[in-house]
Amino acid sequence: MEAASGKTLHTEPSASLPGARFLREYNKGLAEPGQFGSLAQSAERSSKHTQEIIASIPYFQSWREQAHQIKRYALANLDKLLVEFERNITARGATVLYAQNAQEANEHILRIVREHGVRTVVKAKTMVSEEMEMNHVLEAVGVRALETDLGEFLVQLADQRPIHVVTPALHLSAADVGRLFQEKLGEPFTDDHAALTQIARKHLRRQFVQADLGISGVNFAVADTGTICLVENEGNQGLSTSCPRIHVALMGMEKVIPNIRHLPVFLNLLGRSGTGQKLTTYTHLIHGSTPGRKLYVIILDNGRTEVLRDPKAWSALFCIRCGACLNACPVYRRVGGWAYGWVYPGPIGAVLTPHLVGLEQAGKLPFASSLCGACAEVCPVKIDIPHQLVHLRHRAVEEPSPVRSWLERLVWRLWAWAMCHPWMYRLSMRMARLGTRLARFLPWHPGPLGAWTRGRELPEPPTAPNFHAWWKKYAHQLKTFPPDLPPESPAAS
Amino acid sequence: MMDPSGDAIFKEPQQAARSEKHFGAGPGSETDLAEADNPVGGQGHEAGTAGWSAPATKREYPVYEPGEPVALFVPCYIDEFYPQIAQATAELLTWLQVPVEFPSRQTCCGQPAFNSGYWKEACKVVHHFCETFAPYRWIVSPSGSCTAMCRVFFGHVDPDPRIVEIGQRVFELTEFLVECMGVRDVGARFPHKVTLHIGCHTRRELGVATPPLELLQHVEGLQYVELPNVEECCGFGGTFSVKMPGTSIAMGQTKVENIIRSGAEVVVSPDISCLMHVGGILRRHPQGRNIRCMHIAEVLAAE
Repeated sequence: MEAASGKTLHTEPSASLPGARFLREYNKGLAEPGQFGSLAQSAERSSKHTQEIIASIPYFQSWREQAHQIKRYALANLDKLLVEFERNITARGATVLYAQNAQEANEHILRIVREHGVRTVVKAKTMVSEEMEMNHVLEAVGVRALETDLGEFLVQLADQRPIHVVTPALHLSAADVGRLFQEKLGEPFTDDHAALTQIARKHLRRQFVQADLGISGVNFAVADTGTICLVENEGNQGLSTSCPRIHVALMGMEKVIPNIRHLPVFLNLLGRSGTGQKLTTYTHLIHGSTPGRKLYVIILDNGRTEVLRDPKAWSALFCIRCGACLNACPVYRRVGGWAYGWVYPGPIGAVLTPHLVGLEQAGKLPFASSLCGACAEVCPVKIDIPHQLVHLRHRAVEEPSPVRSWLERLVWRLWAWAMCHPWMYRLSMRMARLGTRLARFLPWHPGPLGAWTRGRELPEPPTAPNFHAWWKKYAHQLKTFPPDLPPESPAAS
Repeated sequence: MMDPSGDAIFKEPQQAARSEKHFGAGPGSETDLAEADNPVGGQGHEAGTAGWSAPATKREYPVYEPGEPVALFVPCYIDEFYPQIAQATAELLTWLQVPVEFPSRQTCCGQPAFNSGYWKEACKVVHHFCETFAPYRWIVSPSGSCTAMCRVFFGHVDPDPRIVEIGQRVFELTEFLVECMGVRDVGARFPHKVTLHIGCHTRRELGVATPPLELLQHVEGLQYVELPNVEECCGFGGTFSVKMPGTSIAMGQTKVENIIRSGAEVVVSPDISCLMHVGGILRRHPQGRNIRCMHIAEVLAAE
């Protein structure tokens, strides 16, 4: 598929990929506490807050099931629904463009920029533009795209990548932001939240008015009415999509839902799962463009069709980018979003990234999970993330990827052979016990053994024989209650 | 430029939905999605048939009739490293008048290979498991994650209905006692301050969250203390513990801090694999050194 080549085209080779870095950089030593400042506490706090809100609603589980079914239906009928959406929104003056990969989408953007003589761009939060590495593409032609979402604005100022899909600057404390503003904007230092917000507001307001082009994402594209739905809390999406005379909405092709009546289900779920709000502060429904203005909708595939082909994986496309799985994930809380190497971090990133950029590059990501299932428990559209992860692990060892190794396969083959032969099983388990006992006397432990003893003691092998041996010897002595007494015993008579 | 209207690949998911049955991704896989015109009104979302909505759904358990033989499945690491747990399980079940049998050809459930992605190798071991346990109606194991492998994941490695059906016969010890046998008081005595950790596979894949607690509450002299953040993963995760040791140990340390904060003398779990990892960290912790780790079967068999 051509999409694969398009995806690597505009990435900065050092900063973006691959997911393979996950294991190298973040696991050499013990995870350094405080590496990401308040990330762990913030994620845990929002996870707990969300859980309280959810627990207070008796029909929340029913909403989840409805959302799951709607997404199922929408993806099974994507061909019809996308055409319906296109027809309806085009009838009200919008232009719909399709892009097979990031490169094509960027070409669309560049064409729009050239056609309308765009010099400045304001951007509301959009994950798809991160997939496209759009900011760099625009920069290359001399157009600066300013992030207007507060979190994205901070991350852009600090020249970092978003650490979270909903709260991109989760790792920055107020003091960090104060220093950042001092350094980059020349403002006096403060760590007062209100004052910091005022500074950001002062710098952003001007840009909205001056910008020629506003770029936004799409939370939901409603097919039967041809509506784009955007949700936000800061008002920057409203300004980005209404102040400049041109609005470009970027959407992944899985964002379409069949009917406007389905929208409330998702709005109910998204706010609560994402930030623990009953509803986001603003919900924009954009039905088309007004005279004298332009609306473009760019629908991006970028590997999504490939995901649809895999019957065990396609539910990954149900994702509504609420970030609940990130907050709930104990691994994410410790390693942070950058460790996942690409746009989508956390459990859903470990599923989506290998699909969208290929297992050759991100084959290690599915292994970055203890499979605890906390993500699936909170997912508002019921994506079975841990099952998808094991499925991807299977694909990663079968297909070309950084984890496929003939040595490991040989080890597992031998293991399987031993496990199919009881005598070999008993022999190898006995060797394992002996090995564990001897390992205590070694000054240094190789491989997985060393990984275990880095922060843990080895289990103490018992002096008693194994259970197989015990059963042979003592099984007949097991007692029942009440005791079955032999008839000739004095107690029985 | 792609043309979605004329593209045959978009037809795929409809077949996908049908072939997904064995994967158990969700409910409604029987319904032809292409023909369902109102997904909200149409399917039984009240039934909550998908996993993951554990609080809303209560699994229907078969009832154990007295006298039916039960096969004991002892996972490999318990067999060799913790034989006292298997002994306690055998003693406990026999004490409750359950005829226990131990098929001596048993080895492993295949989980290590399955979780590492080597499904072909896991499949061989799964077949061996099924051959060994085919004659038994009831299979009980003192390990939640091995039970989850049998009951939830056998279908992933081999969707053969016979394999899946044998997997369905496997029960975790505490759920067998409480849900199938209806036993809550096993007549045990254990005068210690105890906290409970339930492994994530037991809690989320099997939906076993209350049985261990109910059993502990009926143990004489036992003082139960709540573990803070009880639902959070301890970080073991099988091969995860050695593939990503930094993260695994960091997660384990959080669990250990919570255990210490709970003030318990003994940590009890239906999953000794979690405790192998947590216990290893406890023994290096200055305040955790004296906290014991025990399998719930050992507590229930204590007199």
